[in-house]
Amino acid sequence: MNAKAIVVTSGKGGVGKTTTTANVGAALARLGEKVCVIDTDVGLRNLDVVMGLEGRVVYDLIDVFEGRCKLKQALIRDKRVDSLYLLAASQTRDKSALSEARMQETVRTLLEDEGFDRVLIDSPAGIESGFQTAASAASGALVVVNPEVSSVRDADRIIGLLEAREIPEVRLIINRLRPEMVKRGDMLEVEDVLEILGVKLIGIVPEDEKIIVSTNIGNPASLEDASKLGAGTAFRDIARRLKGEDVPYPSFEPQGGFLAGLRRLFGGA
Amino acid sequence: MFGLFKRRKSKDELKERLKLVLSYDRAKLSPGNVEELKRELLTVIKKYFPAADGDYDVRVEQQGERMVLIANLPVKGA
Repeated sequence: MNAKAIVVTSGKGGVGKTTTTANVGAALARLGEKVCVIDTDVGLRNLDVVMGLEGRVVYDLIDVFEGRCKLKQALIRDKRVDSLYLLAASQTRDKSALSEARMQETVRTLLEDEGFDRVLIDSPAGIESGFQTAASAASGALVVVNPEVSSVRDADRIIGLLEAREIPEVRLIINRLRPEMVKRGDMLEVEDVLEILGVKLIGIVPEDEKIIVSTNIGNPASLEDASKLGAGTAFRDIARRLKGEDVPYPSFEPQGGFLAGLRRLFGGA
Repeated sequence: MFGLFKRRKSKDELKERLKLVLSYDRAKLSPGNVEELKRELLTVIKKYFPAADGDYDVRVEQQGERMVLIANLPVKGA
């Protein structure tokens, strides 16, 4: 993606926006980019805890907007990767403290004056002002979707709103895919989701317990997880594709047992 | 015989439901409005084709970039 400012969004809550922002941000920084991740979920901030940086938050995005500190003072450097920074959301205010003009100015300063290569903006759930502000500063979008009914419907709505904002690069991340359910025909396949939403794919992330474990300890899985079919690797692959690398998608299809083979033989599945 | 192990996949049902609901969402229509449109269409059609029956199929469908209203209106019963 050419976009330097990318909003991570989904419409529906709980599909993995914050996890995606932390993991893709960390992986991009590990690949050598200077990255700032911004939490715009004012009042419900979580990117700090997911990244294990909650103890370092002094100033936040709204402090910057309202001139209580300099932008530099609010940038929190990551513990593991030197070129990764967090700009936290305010926990004590609400989304009315956000401003599209300030958001755009902050992102422009990060890219033009502070030397950042990439800014990832973690959007709040919903389609109201919080999302609109997050999207206002972006020239690219990562839409996170789970292969289930409400998430796909909400993603379609968000894609429409991103198009209305004329954001040129919109890419889809299918998150929490369960290959064994896909194989049984009880979960939408990647192709189904792409056909329904009509957006270019940039990542497939399998459901993975390791994400919960890595979140428990505040350490993005994309920095640690080496397993080939794990979520950590999937997030790393997204970062590489974002940088223009042609990374093939691994097959997540589970190896079938005797019964599954029989069912296939008899024309089912 | 081959149907022995076959069952309707729940994901196929979901896909159909999603396609339908998204075409209404995208057209900013509620399914109830289309029902009303159907009733009004029937009134108009009956004015010109008294033999027309109510067995109409009216729906909104996504065709590539375009959103189209598909109406199958039999004006003379079988």
